Amino acid sequence: MTFEKFVFYLFAAILVFAATMVITRRNPVHSALFLVLAFFSSAGIWLLAEAEFLAIVLILVYVGAVMVLFLFVVMMLDIDLATLRAGFIRYMPVGALVALVMAVEIFMVVGPANFGLDKVPAPVAQPAGYNNTEELGSVLYTVYMYPFEVAAVILLVGIIAAIGLTMRRRPETKYQNPSLQVRVKKADRLRVIKMDAED
Amino acid sequence: MIALSDYLILGAILFSLSVTGIFLNRKNVIILLMCVELMLLAVNMNFIAFSHFLGDTAGQVFVFFILTVAAAEAAIGLAILVVLFRNKRTINVEDLDTLKG
Repeated sequence: MTFEKFVFYLFAAILVFAATMVITRRNPVHSALFLVLAFFSSAGIWLLAEAEFLAIVLILVYVGAVMVLFLFVVMMLDIDLATLRAGFIRYMPVGALVALVMAVEIFMVVGPANFGLDKVPAPVAQPAGYNNTEELGSVLYTVYMYPFEVAAVILLVGIIAAIGLTMRRRPETKYQNPSLQVRVKKADRLRVIKMDAED
Repeated sequence: MIALSDYLILGAILFSLSVTGIFLNRKNVIILLMCVELMLLAVNMNFIAFSHFLGDTAGQVFVFFILTVAAAEAAIGLAILVVLFRNKRTINVEDLDTLKG
């Protein structure tokens, strides 16, 4: 077994273990942390497949942003775990059966019989000066320019939707309105009354 | 050398595991969202593997866009979850039946 193969199987084993933990842990915080482990090990596998840029992006975007968001929300919500876990054992057989059938079916399609090394030969390794980021950027900003801009718009929509959904005004909180404060006139606040002098 | 089928089988196992997760945790919206993320990871694994073996960067560009959409989806999904919890004090899927009529 070559070193490359050893690393692949090591990361694959960690990935499958972490994914299993994600779906079986009782505490959602543990699930989120195991999902982080899954992302890290799949980033390792992507590095083996010479997708260095995406491996780094997976860690930066997913572990750095998305999973932190998940952890925030999980810890912010005070959820009753007991009722959420009800039915876990009951649905275990049917879930396992469906997953097993699906895995066997996919295995029959993509197994070594159709996509083995003799069918799809391993690609030659890239030369030493090869830059995956440069390669990706050179097509991303030319051929895929419009999809790239659409992706930017999707992110903008995501920002606006997330802020718009979660922003709320509490009725009991008092706010200042600077516009009204600036526009106020003397006549609005001050009343001069005429009266006779008193002795 | 690692064969293409190794990557594809790993993606298949990951996808099946996340389908099982959706079956098992069908009441907890947070775990459901995590399972969807795992599914996207499995799909991305296939894209990267094919991109590597066919020598075509299009697969990696597609993974880039999937990551973008998945990040937006997670942000909006969690925002909806927070609003839901604020209004109903629960994230149990079975309690979300107001549209049933």
